[in-house]
Amino acid sequence: MGRYVVRRLLQMIPVFIGATLLIFLMVNVMGDPVAGLCGDRECDPATAARLRHDFGLDQPVWQQYLTYMGNVFTGDFGTAFNGQPVTELMASAFPVTIRLTVVAILFEIVIGIVLGVVTGLRRGRPVDTGVLLVTLVVISVPTFVTGLLLQLLLGVEWEWIKPSVSTGARLDELIVPGLVLASVSLAYVTRLTRTSIAENTRADYVRTAVAKGLPRRRVITRHLLRNSLIPVVTFIGTDIGALMGGAIVTERIFNIHGVGYQLYQGILRQNTQTVVGFVTVLVLVFLVANLLVDLLYAVLDPRIRYV
Amino acid sequence: MRGRTHAPWAVCAAAAVLVAAGCGGGGESSGAVLSASWGDPQNPLEPANTNEVQGGKVLSMIFRGLKQYDPETAEAKDMLAEKIETSDSRNFRITVKDGWTFSNGEKVTARSFVDAWNYGASAENNQKNAYFFQYIEGYDKTHPDSGRQRADTLSGLEVVDDLTFTVRLSQKFSSFPDTLGYAAFVPLPRAFFDDHDAWLEKPVGNGPYAVESYTKGAQLTLRTWQDYPGPDKARNDGVDLRVYTDTNTAYTDLLARNLDLVDDVPASQLKNVDTDLEGRYINTPAGIIQTLAFPYYDKNWDRKGMEKVRKGLSRAIDREQITETIFRRTRTPATDWTSPVLGEEGGYRAGLCGDACEYDPEAAKKLVEEGGGLPGGQVRITYNADTGSHREWVDALCNSVNNALGDDKACVGNPIGTFADFRSQITDRNMSGPFRAGWQMDYPLIQNFLQPLYYTDASSNDGKWSNARFDRLVDEANAETDTAAAIEKFQQAEEVVRDDMAAIPLWYQNGSAGYSERLSDVSLNPFSIPVYDRIQVS
Amino acid sequence: MSEPQPPERPEVPGERPDAQGERRHLPGERPSVSGESRAPEDGAVAATGMGGAMDLGAAEAETLEQEPREPEPAGRDERARSLWSDAWRDLRRNPVFILSALVILFLVVISLWPSLIASGNPLRCDLAKAQDGAEPGHPFGYNGQGCDVYTRTVYGARASVTVGVCATLGVALLGSVLGGLAGFFGGKWDAVLSRATDIFFAIPVVLGGLVLLSVITSSTVWPVVGFIVLLGWPQISRIARGSVITAKQHDYVQAARALGASPSRILLRHIAPNAVAPVIVVATIALGTYIALEATLSYLGVGLKPPSVSWGIDISSASPYVRNAPHALLWPSGALAVTVLAFIMLGDAVRDALDPKLR
Repeated sequence: MGRYVVRRLLQMIPVFIGATLLIFLMVNVMGDPVAGLCGDRECDPATAARLRHDFGLDQPVWQQYLTYMGNVFTGDFGTAFNGQPVTELMASAFPVTIRLTVVAILFEIVIGIVLGVVTGLRRGRPVDTGVLLVTLVVISVPTFVTGLLLQLLLGVEWEWIKPSVSTGARLDELIVPGLVLASVSLAYVTRLTRTSIAENTRADYVRTAVAKGLPRRRVITRHLLRNSLIPVVTFIGTDIGALMGGAIVTERIFNIHGVGYQLYQGILRQNTQTVVGFVTVLVLVFLVANLLVDLLYAVLDPRIRYV
Repeated sequence: MRGRTHAPWAVCAAAAVLVAAGCGGGGESSGAVLSASWGDPQNPLEPANTNEVQGGKVLSMIFRGLKQYDPETAEAKDMLAEKIETSDSRNFRITVKDGWTFSNGEKVTARSFVDAWNYGASAENNQKNAYFFQYIEGYDKTHPDSGRQRADTLSGLEVVDDLTFTVRLSQKFSSFPDTLGYAAFVPLPRAFFDDHDAWLEKPVGNGPYAVESYTKGAQLTLRTWQDYPGPDKARNDGVDLRVYTDTNTAYTDLLARNLDLVDDVPASQLKNVDTDLEGRYINTPAGIIQTLAFPYYDKNWDRKGMEKVRKGLSRAIDREQITETIFRRTRTPATDWTSPVLGEEGGYRAGLCGDACEYDPEAAKKLVEEGGGLPGGQVRITYNADTGSHREWVDALCNSVNNALGDDKACVGNPIGTFADFRSQITDRNMSGPFRAGWQMDYPLIQNFLQPLYYTDASSNDGKWSNARFDRLVDEANAETDTAAAIEKFQQAEEVVRDDMAAIPLWYQNGSAGYSERLSDVSLNPFSIPVYDRIQVS
Repeated sequence: MSEPQPPERPEVPGERPDAQGERRHLPGERPSVSGESRAPEDGAVAATGMGGAMDLGAAEAETLEQEPREPEPAGRDERARSLWSDAWRDLRRNPVFILSALVILFLVVISLWPSLIASGNPLRCDLAKAQDGAEPGHPFGYNGQGCDVYTRTVYGARASVTVGVCATLGVALLGSVLGGLAGFFGGKWDAVLSRATDIFFAIPVVLGGLVLLSVITSSTVWPVVGFIVLLGWPQISRIARGSVITAKQHDYVQAARALGASPSRILLRHIAPNAVAPVIVVATIALGTYIALEATLSYLGVGLKPPSVSWGIDISSASPYVRNAPHALLWPSGALAVTVLAFIMLGDAVRDALDPKLR
């Protein structure tokens, strides 16, 4: 097991280099970012040339990449176009986004799994149908609309929350944004859990456990749920990264200055330094999340072992 | 992971400081302070480096220049200028008023201006608005188009004494004094040059407000500068500019009474703005015009007879309907190539465009046919999809053209992902059809609406339209010492633009703002920036 | 953490090929395959064993072929049926399946011939009527551009259903094949493939869209479908890998292995049917999100090019006006919801049919 983890950690190195190179190239393919810096007019050639020089854009791409990676290893992630160091942007964006993601994941785990178990045990009953209908609404109405309506209803009509999240982004302010962010994933988690539970209710070990006279609650949590969680855990694992980097809409609606926003701005302004810096950190998050998921497999299903 | 666990606390601490400083929505503790929506400025807040409205807002609060544009009439009035004298429209002698200081106590002198302008014009400082100094003699040396700069200072600037300096231009430019209200021309304190980074952290200026604290990407806290020597002292105690990434959120915050002022009401809310805000909404003209430009480097659009097609397209656009439905009257159908904020004396002439800007499907169809039809049977209107809500009006415009020409596919939108990509395609001359062009005036002069956009090879002449007669008329107008005569020449030049339909004028843009019950005397200046210093807080 | 060792079943082998090799030549002894197993008996309809056993279409064709020859299902023949033909027989009797299949058929028909039920022109718009409600002849009202919502919803089916179905099929096939192989074989291939998915996960959709789609000038839906498949497969691949890893630990897999079944046979006949449920669940929901993703791409200016009509485009353009003109959002969203519902029900029915425990 220890060797397995070490091996996985070593595998991160090529992934890290591959992902940063890929992102670096992609941002570069998008074209010349300097053209967008001068508003609705042509930058005068002298300023444009100097800006390109200052951002290192006048060098060949491979050299830019090497310089960049060299700097990254010394902790210098470059500067954004507005003159702020990227590390400063990260220091302000990541804590907020991590909190938002934690809230969203908690919603997925608690609400998603509970609803999944309930609907899985009561297939075809009204509660199952009701959850299915809510699922459909969540999938077919864009997050933008649900977020906006919740914001208007809770923030303006009932005044339960503030419509926008303050700069500090305290956990209690993040409850509604977290729910909105988690909504689509909740649909996945609920239905995945439901299906797994339904499959496993007829399994031998459940029958055995029931026959042994174990209390229902214990049968469900210890035997049924544990064996049903692998697809759910896999999904949540893949979702962590998506939630962190892709919360663009939610972050916009609630005015959260997090990773999604910075990444989106960086991409639209074609700021290589910002985009590669943020994605690099996100890649690390993916890698760690996936490793944890794989280790969780062994916890959930003792038959699975890693050597 | 030590760094990561610490970071939230740093942010919280910063937030706590902000709260203590009075960023709470009600602003109970800090008296008559108002909170207003803001966007993250794209560039560092240097005066000659700020070319968009968000940074411009701050500069308008913390700086005062030689001239100040009147918030209502847009007339350039002396602010720090005691007098600006010239006998030949080329050599100017500028006297600065005595008694002005920066908010750190430093005196504003002639040197404050000359240093600031030299800084802005020097290529090594990467100032994006450097071209504002292009008429001053020596600019070709401090800011050559290529190669190293050969001088650090503009030879045309000379300090005479503590409060007087002279400016020598490289050509005649009679309305030069009127351009001096632009933010790039403001004076800068020594602190700007001595400790540049510290200045950027907390800019110091000479305007009615002083920066109290600045958290990048979140909030800029401005407080009234009590010892401000100017006549337009702030009538409130301060302004908290809060960064919103989406105007819709700012609007919702206004409805929930968490915010006092939103200076850009999102188009989707305009239909319900009256019921939401019970009249606390203003919609005033601003010096912005939207046009459709054409690629004159493309043979299809440059050939003889195409002016008929362009006029036909112009007549196929139902400007009334689009401004009414899509923009809810925050745009006004354009009938010339300038802006109503200039006023009749300033050179605005309603109806100069004449028939060519009036909707008439029949005439449109006929004109397009006479001109030889649309190139390739279809026009693709190029725009960038990432900023503003351009998609809506482009779609509406195309529907209007399609209905007029009786062809579903005569006009389609051609979105481009990013503004930078859009601009670089324009710069690289890759356009094959009409494209979105917007112009926000730098200073309220008819010259600013014509010369940068239509003069041969001018910086914003994106379509590369070129007309010798137009160029000659502009040159003559600039050399004219009499303002009225100059404006008449400019209008003649504008007629040349009309006769060739160099660009299709679409509509004049207004500024809009909504505000809370606490505020009164809210207004927008012709640059669509709120006049913060006049706002009263109850 | 110590190595998790199951106290109950210490004898379950990991991946020790020697253990299998030993058991491989056990003579014709049939292990008592429990009710949990979906492994069909040997000698079942051979055609399905040839390879594409996942293909429902093949199973269908084959059953139809057989049908006339055996009018009354005798007990022995019953046993000879394959899992897939069993499933098909179940499905035909399942009202949920029939209903969802009818809805999908209807969607396909209006995608092909929208003019059957909508006589208008989706590109004909009158701005004067923008955001107006329903009126005679225009039952769904008008959208923000003054186009008829009913006509556009009908005409939008083609692009949306194509994007949704093709992207989902592509993602599900690519993802489950790659993920299944990685989970089944483990080791080096698993490492390479999993790290490849990590890299794909790292690409932000916005960046990928702006880079990959902005260079394409085609105005068809295929670049969008290709893009979604490219960025979407890692997710299904992970899910498939996870459930294959679980499924291959089951006793019946070990039993099949002991019987000397080839890896491909084990994977296709024993593991795949047991591991497919999570893939179906995720794929059916993803179908809806892909239709919405198409709108995001259009919003970014890189998706379907104007003047295309799709639900996604209409939903995203109606979203900001939800306070004033909710009907313009309601109908295309409703159409999307019905489509997703049909596919979820279909997926559920197929999954149930494949699960003998639920019979």
